[in-house]
Amino acid sequence: MTTTSPAPAAAQDGQARRPARRAARRSGTAVTRPGFAWAVPATLFFALFAILPLVLVAVLSFTDWDGLDAPAFAGLDNWRALLHDHTMIQSLWLSVLITVLGVAVQTPLSILLGVWAAGKQRNRAVLSAVFFVPLLLSATAVSVLWRAMLDPNFGVPAQARWLFGNGNLLGMQSGAIGVLVFVGAWQYTPFHTLIYQGATRAIPEVLYQAAALDGAGTVRQFFHITLPQLRNTMVTSMILMVVGGLTTFDTVLILTQGGPGTDTTISAYYMYQQAFKNFDYGGGSAIALVLVLVATVISLVVVRVSGYDKMRSSSEGL
Amino acid sequence: MRRYPNFLAGLGSLVWLFLVGLPLYVMLTATLRSRTDYSTNGPLSFPKHFTLHNYTQDFSNGFGRYFLNTLVVSAAVVAIVLLLVPPLSYAIVRGRGRVTTGVFRLFLLGLAVPAQAVIVPMFYVINRAGLYDNLAGVILPTAAFCLPVSALVLTGVMREITPDLYEAMAMDGAPPWRVFFQLVVPLSKGGLSTIVVFSALQAWNGFLFPLVLTQSDSSKVITLGLYDFQTEHGVDIPGLLAAVVLSMLPILIVYLFARRALVQGLMGVGGK
Repeated sequence: MTTTSPAPAAAQDGQARRPARRAARRSGTAVTRPGFAWAVPATLFFALFAILPLVLVAVLSFTDWDGLDAPAFAGLDNWRALLHDHTMIQSLWLSVLITVLGVAVQTPLSILLGVWAAGKQRNRAVLSAVFFVPLLLSATAVSVLWRAMLDPNFGVPAQARWLFGNGNLLGMQSGAIGVLVFVGAWQYTPFHTLIYQGATRAIPEVLYQAAALDGAGTVRQFFHITLPQLRNTMVTSMILMVVGGLTTFDTVLILTQGGPGTDTTISAYYMYQQAFKNFDYGGGSAIALVLVLVATVISLVVVRVSGYDKMRSSSEGL
Repeated sequence: MRRYPNFLAGLGSLVWLFLVGLPLYVMLTATLRSRTDYSTNGPLSFPKHFTLHNYTQDFSNGFGRYFLNTLVVSAAVVAIVLLLVPPLSYAIVRGRGRVTTGVFRLFLLGLAVPAQAVIVPMFYVINRAGLYDNLAGVILPTAAFCLPVSALVLTGVMREITPDLYEAMAMDGAPPWRVFFQLVVPLSKGGLSTIVVFSALQAWNGFLFPLVLTQSDSSKVITLGLYDFQTEHGVDIPGLLAAVVLSMLPILIVYLFARRALVQGLMGVGGK
């Protein structure tokens, strides 16, 4: 592999060969190209620590493994159990619920903030610096911080009884789900705000000038120019929210431990619990595979919608 | 000319400022006061006396060690990413052939694989490799999961290098490695700094791999230290929050001095 010469590699190429050939003709020299060997180390590394586990997760889902002895083939046992597992089915619904609520809360908020932050006034720069602080914290730190903040005895609820009642938000299902959605929004809204800020700044000024000439006010400009122009960004941002929401883990582990009872046991947490707490690694793998399938479907949508796969177009992407 | 619905957005931004500001205020004041002051006067009150006791106590409880471990993990992850990704992106951008296209597709697909999905087999692989409870066992998977986004970012940057420059180097008869070191690397500095920041952040804030792949104090990273602190001494809120502040300190410093690079590294998370 290491001796792959650029010539045959160039010869098998179809679509993007024209510019290269034209260039070669003009300069009279063949442009040297890197062989496949340049991509080998990264590909091998990635295959070993990402692709191989992905294959293994499928294999392990057909085994019975307690983490100590060698995995033993168990046929469809895990899958059959999963179909009848009430907690699993509930966990899928909970994952979807938390994801949908997250998108519903974060999208309007981050569009508003993003459009606002895209403005030019000077105080915005200062405020934006504060806005984005949640981005600097790890998901772990965010969860620990909010757990301390919401502690019923020593946190803010103890000082604001008029607002929080007895203050035990995490003690009931609706409260716990609300906290998870809120903390998720607190953590990720700044990120999506940045996406919308960048996209808003890229909207051509001319559009607004034309609309102003036609007598459109601020609100109509927002709905007829800004929002339609942000459509692609909204798709990208929402897909990221969906993938992030479906794989919520740290927040649940630290804030609710899936409780009260199993009221916030979403799939990613249930997988962790089955595998690493109940030592049913085969069953955990089956849940993980369901997660992979869902994520893959979404990834294909991402690639389609955003045009990442059209690798020859030079102005797309970064 | 007014471009935006200023009133509504302005109001929203004030609400947001409050939602971000309040926890930050509580966090900072709590860490600078004694436990009794905090529990008797409540989180919203202003501290009577300032003390650094919470921080020194965290350090003597092992956070210095966790800090160093996290530093080692982050440095190693960045090194691996810097070693692997530039040649990969160079091959994707300049190489010709189906194999390179296929490789790029593989990494694109990898973008959507969540770490949660592979954590069980990762546990198996790391155990079989004899790397359980070893920093190397955290470093390798963390680095692997930084590759797709890094490759995407750097490939985008390298594509912006104009073909004329390659032609000029070809006229000199330069082999690929010289093109790489004299043309591609110098012109991709922005992208390189983005992937450095991105992978350092991923490593610094990583939680799931350390949680599942390590166990003892000697290989504990800071996020795991936070989690254990919370489960074991959850009532010591000032001490806990001081640990949160310690965990974000390096990122805060980078934020103050290299905000642009940091924000771009953060945006790498979105791949765009």
